[in-house]
Amino acid sequence: MSHHSPIVDISRQKAEQETLQRKSIGFWIYLMTDCVLFATLFAVFAVLRPGTAGGPSGADIFDLPFVLVETMVLLVSSFTVGLGLLAARYGYKRQAIAWLVVTFLLGITFLVMEISEFRHLIAEGDGWQRSAFLSSYFTLVATHGLHIAVGLLWMLVVIIRLIRFNFKHTDLGRLSLLSLFWHFLDVIWIFIFSIVYLMGSLS
Amino acid sequence: MIDQIMQTLFGRLTPQDFVHDPIMAGAGIAMVGALILAIAAVTFFKKWKWLWQNWITSLDPKKIGIMYIIVSIIMLLRGFGDALLLRAQQVVNDANGVEILSSDHFQQIFSAHGSIMIFFVAMGLVFGVFNLILPQQLGSRDVAFPFLNSVSFWLFFAGMIIINMPLVVGEFSNAGWLAYPPLSGLQYNPGTGVDYWIWSLQIAGIGSLLSGINFFVTILKMRAPGMGLMKMPIFAWSALGSTALIMFAFPILTVTLALLSLDRLIDTNFFTTTLGGSAMLYINLIWAWGHPEVYILVLPAFGIFSEVVATFSGKKLFGYTSMVLAIIAITILSFTVWLHHFFTMGAGADVNTFFGIMTMIIAIPTGVKVFNWIFTMYRGRVRFTTPMLWFMGFIVTFTIGGLTGVMMSVPAADFQFHNSLFLVAHFHNMIVGGVLFGVFAAFTYWFPKFTGFMLNERLGKMAFWSWLVGFILAFGPLYILGFMGAIRRMDHYDPSLGWQGLFIVAGVGILFMGLGVLFQLAQVAYSIWKRKEHAVGPDPWNARTLEWATATPPAEYVFATIPTVTTRDAFWQMKKDHKTNDRPEHYEDIWLPKNRSEGFIVGMAALVFGAAVVWHIWWLLIVSLLIVIVVLVVALTRDDTEKRIPAEEIAREELRRATV
Amino acid sequence: MRNSKKRVSWRVAQVVISSLVGLAIVGAFVWATQGRDMPVLNPKGIIADQQQVLILITVGLGVFVVVPVFILLFAIAFRYRVGNTKAKYDPELEGSKVLEAVWWGIPLIIILILAIITAISTHALDPYKKIESSTAPVKVQVVALQWKWLFIYPDQDIATVNYLTIPDNTPIELSITADAPMNSFWVPALAGQVYAMTGMSTKLSFMADAPGEYRGASANISGEGSADMSFMVRSVSKTDFSHWLYKSSYSPNMLSWDTYEKLAQPSRGDGEKTYVVTGKDLYNQIVMKYMDSGSSSQPHTNTQTDHTMNGMDMSGMGM
Repeated sequence: MSHHSPIVDISRQKAEQETLQRKSIGFWIYLMTDCVLFATLFAVFAVLRPGTAGGPSGADIFDLPFVLVETMVLLVSSFTVGLGLLAARYGYKRQAIAWLVVTFLLGITFLVMEISEFRHLIAEGDGWQRSAFLSSYFTLVATHGLHIAVGLLWMLVVIIRLIRFNFKHTDLGRLSLLSLFWHFLDVIWIFIFSIVYLMGSLS
Repeated sequence: MIDQIMQTLFGRLTPQDFVHDPIMAGAGIAMVGALILAIAAVTFFKKWKWLWQNWITSLDPKKIGIMYIIVSIIMLLRGFGDALLLRAQQVVNDANGVEILSSDHFQQIFSAHGSIMIFFVAMGLVFGVFNLILPQQLGSRDVAFPFLNSVSFWLFFAGMIIINMPLVVGEFSNAGWLAYPPLSGLQYNPGTGVDYWIWSLQIAGIGSLLSGINFFVTILKMRAPGMGLMKMPIFAWSALGSTALIMFAFPILTVTLALLSLDRLIDTNFFTTTLGGSAMLYINLIWAWGHPEVYILVLPAFGIFSEVVATFSGKKLFGYTSMVLAIIAITILSFTVWLHHFFTMGAGADVNTFFGIMTMIIAIPTGVKVFNWIFTMYRGRVRFTTPMLWFMGFIVTFTIGGLTGVMMSVPAADFQFHNSLFLVAHFHNMIVGGVLFGVFAAFTYWFPKFTGFMLNERLGKMAFWSWLVGFILAFGPLYILGFMGAIRRMDHYDPSLGWQGLFIVAGVGILFMGLGVLFQLAQVAYSIWKRKEHAVGPDPWNARTLEWATATPPAEYVFATIPTVTTRDAFWQMKKDHKTNDRPEHYEDIWLPKNRSEGFIVGMAALVFGAAVVWHIWWLLIVSLLIVIVVLVVALTRDDTEKRIPAEEIAREELRRATV
Repeated sequence: MRNSKKRVSWRVAQVVISSLVGLAIVGAFVWATQGRDMPVLNPKGIIADQQQVLILITVGLGVFVVVPVFILLFAIAFRYRVGNTKAKYDPELEGSKVLEAVWWGIPLIIILILAIITAISTHALDPYKKIESSTAPVKVQVVALQWKWLFIYPDQDIATVNYLTIPDNTPIELSITADAPMNSFWVPALAGQVYAMTGMSTKLSFMADAPGEYRGASANISGEGSADMSFMVRSVSKTDFSHWLYKSSYSPNMLSWDTYEKLAQPSRGDGEKTYVVTGKDLYNQIVMKYMDSGSSSQPHTNTQTDHTMNGMDMSGMGM
């Protein structure tokens, strides 16, 4: 960087700042398109929910206490990722890494619980092939799970980079997007929990 | 044992899948032959490095735009060939046992024709124009996310290859361009055709979604200082509407295609006839995307014509605020009308009435736009150049299309038009007369901007008149055939009905449009050949917007210094203030994105992924997916993504351009 | 001098060529449409009659916009062509509140009128609505198959394939379903179309004005043989209809569930056939085939088939 004049570096920094701002807006817009995606899946679920074809309905198969634990795991992970971001903002690198690792483990726990729930259903003969209701249930929940998996991969990359490299403001930018993503998935899950599980168990 | 190994290795692909009937085999051989020829030529002229560095890995939107347009033109020729075959079959109508196309092949061709024309011609051309024009018109050097732009293009490219693969191996979907289940389901369509359709659209569609986000952010965040939203050129406004629609509509398509694919791959029951599935749900979903899609395509064309008519009238656009309001109204309303695509499903009078009236309401802002365009010429100095001829042709055809559209928006009347050739005539009226004419106008209008020479006007005008005559002959008969009760998509009909004459007229119309295409190809070739005689300066049309403020052809960095905008028609104002030759006292370094190969690699891996799903080759699917993931992780964590162009170099280049 | 002469002759040539092309286009259309029947504009039934009137009203209203557009387009373009230096040039003119109000306003009024017409006509011509008549209606159950139409007369225990005989001036009440991919039942001379879908029963009524033969077809692709799915509707006098019923009841072909399943196999170019129905409640069985046990929670079982549209739950989605 030594061969640049200081003026250039300032303009460079400004450009990088603008890039970061653009990325943040772009990411918000991406999340909005993801909202549309989930909204479509919710609509499909709502339409196909009565289509049980003689098979089980939600009330027959949902294990509400189990899902409640799942939900708590994800909520706590949303909290810890926030703590990680906060630590990173104040430059406490080791704390940030620690909180991210905790979040990562909670995310894994959530996924494992979801998969075990799926496996249980399939073992009972209530797989996605059974009825339109189950098809839409599996697809909606698994799409959220897939997002969680992507988030975990992203988190892994961020953790590795934090461990290996010096902390840069671009890293902070990425981390705040990741935490945004994670909160977003949390909100989607709240909807899944209330619309799919709670309302499904009640009716 | 060997069977098992073969099945693991090749999925359901067998040597028989390469066997095709003569027409398809011919097309396939021609395609592969052209590809081999192209590869040989590049190798012979030692252009691989040039191709790789200047095009494939380039993140320059000007180059990506040109690649979009080249692919789209090739696909236009393919779709055009399809149309010729379809009409030939209907003209001959199996008379004396002469069958040009079997029923199944006929159905594959109309499915391909529609899908290709919408996804790989209209969409491709629109994105091409966005890439070339939008950043410059906004006074920006680049799009918001240059790397994403490259990924989008290569996904589009991958989708294009997948939709053409059935020419060589397997078959294409025979379920129409929107593949309604249950016909597109496993029950009635167990082959590879529908899978090709799904994955071609899915991969290209994700590219479109990313492009939509990209250009939306570009318009919001990359405008030159001083260019408030109400000072944007109207083309940028139309692009804003179009990309907003992409953002809301394309996720619906992604989900719908994914669900149909799940039905076919892992036996889910979303759209099946049994176990609670609902085909009607699919039809609702696909049109919740499909209707906005029409406006995604036509809004940019509106924008193009707004620029064209103002420039060639030498005058401000009439009713700028009205135009903006109309675009916003159309953008919002286009999400409230999808049900008019299936009034005949039995939704009940109240629901049909609602959607019918919403549909008519869209005609109001559209009509306002038409009147504003016409009155832009009022008290102007109208020059009837080729782009202006396309504009005149557009108003005529689009108004007729609008009238027939309103006719079909009345549900009880629509029962007599639905799925007839009347409908086919209507939407070709909108898409050919609207979108395609718009892009043709854009092509002649902006061509000199990027090449430094004009397209030959005489050949351009001949192309226009051929297209117009062809248009009337090709689609006029379809309206009449609709009144006669002729349905769409029939490969033969009872000769005693007397429809053959009109099909012949329509066929002649296609030949005239083909003549128009030949004139256009000749126009490009001749203009390149005589480019010295056609050479022009940076502002050949006396234009109004910022993209004309740059050099011709534009430098890689486009603007040496970013202009400051004070009014609408910023370049027109600069000319009035005699500021076009102003040069800054000193230049600053410019940072531009470096070339990236990851976009290309992701696209190619997506192509392999698509083929692997179609043929059920699971190991290949996993491998290609892993490649996509790894490459994306690497790409998104790279930091040194920009290169510096030093101020001295810019000063030298600007001086050189000024003295030429 | 010579140049301008050349230009004039080029002008003349242009005029001649374009008039010839115009004439040729008109000629081609006249040649191709002469003496052909246009059932949509030449309806033979009470429903299609009203639909035709509706179409003409829409066109009439549309003309109020289309004609001014064409006149203004060519008049303004001609008047303000670059060669006409006498015309006023005002490059800064950027709009007119009055004019813009006019073309927001007038289309709004036209659409308002059309909206009222739409609301009334959509309810009046709702395909589920029965036609009022002093004559007792004839019920027909329509089944779209791959690739033929099966018509069942439930009250007469007669069934036909690929043709439909009806008494004139009698309301025909159709229930329509499919045992095939989606089709659309359309007899343009009698009434607009309605979809035929599996597991569902849609409805349509029509009434023919007079004896005659009217062509029908499936307006939606349903696979390889879609184009073969045309059929003839024969409208006959009431006495001829009774006569036809009597004759048909001696048909040697019996339609039971077994023969139905054979008939439902995909086939092309079947031709016309007449059956005596021996199977009980055949139509409902065909609909119920796709309503597996226990799925009665579906919004559209056979017992409540009117206005089935479970997709409608989605209105507002995507917004």
